[in-house]
Amino acid sequence: MPEAFKFELVSPERLLVSEQVESVVIPGAEGEMTVMAHHAPVMTTIKPGVVTLKTAQGKEERYVVFGGFADIVPAGCTLLAESAVAVGDIDRADLARRIQEAKEDAADAKDDQTRSKAEQFLSQLTTLEGAILPA
Amino acid sequence: MPSLKDLRNRIASVKATQKITKAMQMVAAAKLRRAQEAAEAARPYSERMGAVLANITQAIGGGGDAPALMTGTGKDDVHLLVVCTAERGLCGGFNSQIARFARDHIRKLLADGKQVKIICVGKKGFDILRRDYGALIIERVDLREVKTLGFVNADAIAKKVIHLFNEGGFDICTLFYSQFKSVISQIPTAQQIIPAGAPSAAAEVKDGGSAVYEYEPEPGEILSDLIPRNISVQVFRALLENAAGEMGAKMSAMDNATRNAGDMINKLSITYNRQRQAQITKELIEIISGAEAL
Repeated sequence: MPEAFKFELVSPERLLVSEQVESVVIPGAEGEMTVMAHHAPVMTTIKPGVVTLKTAQGKEERYVVFGGFADIVPAGCTLLAESAVAVGDIDRADLARRIQEAKEDAADAKDDQTRSKAEQFLSQLTTLEGAILPA
Repeated sequence: MPSLKDLRNRIASVKATQKITKAMQMVAAAKLRRAQEAAEAARPYSERMGAVLANITQAIGGGGDAPALMTGTGKDDVHLLVVCTAERGLCGGFNSQIARFARDHIRKLLADGKQVKIICVGKKGFDILRRDYGALIIERVDLREVKTLGFVNADAIAKKVIHLFNEGGFDICTLFYSQFKSVISQIPTAQQIIPAGAPSAAAEVKDGGSAVYEYEPEPGEILSDLIPRNISVQVFRALLENAAGEMGAKMSAMDNATRNAGDMINKLSITYNRQRQAQITKELIEIISGAEAL
């Protein structure tokens, strides 16, 4: 039985989750990572993706986040998301709109750096769409 | 002397007005509650953001790789003022309070020979500032269509500001909004958002900030991602505070108006009754003196 720790998922609009969890999977900017209790302090930006958390009661919850960053200390983990929703509540139209916007951004980009950034963001979004659509 | 009919009409119209102000007061009260809840719900995010920012600034140690948004351009010649007001009037001195505060600031800056640019958020501030400083207003953001204030609205404003900064449009950006203290008291506030300045070191000491963080990607990269986001958060908070303040001001203004209308109705009714009595007496006298003359 793994030890539980405090996990908080915060979006600018409200505090979505604040509870004891066993583990959290975070879509970090440089790869997914699973956080458990007593994790070494890490600060990472996150890319659009799915956050999976396993609560102390053994329940599994999934949230879709669109960018943000995570602050991990041994005592707990705080995820500041730009916008976050439970997977069950995701609005397909909203996601499609975001992808559309990302496509436009990529097309409008003036220099290579912004274009590669926009394209990266777009590919992350489409992966995300692929990951949650069958759910 | 107004006639009885005039008085009657007057009373009816004041009563109608009273009903409207009463309804507006109740609507404002309901909206105020919602706005306050929204402001409360947004607080954890900005608090955590502040803590993280303080942490990361310490990690970088004010080194040379801090982004320009944080350190500024090193000049203070061109000032950008983002003045946030309400979209609607009828909320007492709320809008003019912010506008006056901003105007004093502008006057001072201009007297010092600085260049000033203004972005107006909300229609009312634009209307007031346009009179004196119309030439300085470079943009106005309209939030009238927005029903519930979302982070996206704030984000859009912040992006505009940052874009302008990157183009070298200004050196210092100050946000003007009204801090919500209570229903009857809103304090106009100026907050400098660019350059962000170093966050106070107090926050990090308390949660053992000495912890050696690993950064993924590099701290500088995170920071350059974080600062724009922090600006959005600041704008968002200002907008929420403003929304709550507007509703509070509107509620008390409408409460006053309702009470005034009540007083007015009382006074008018007394005049009306007196006059009616006077007329009855007059008619009686006419009848009696007519009868006596026979």
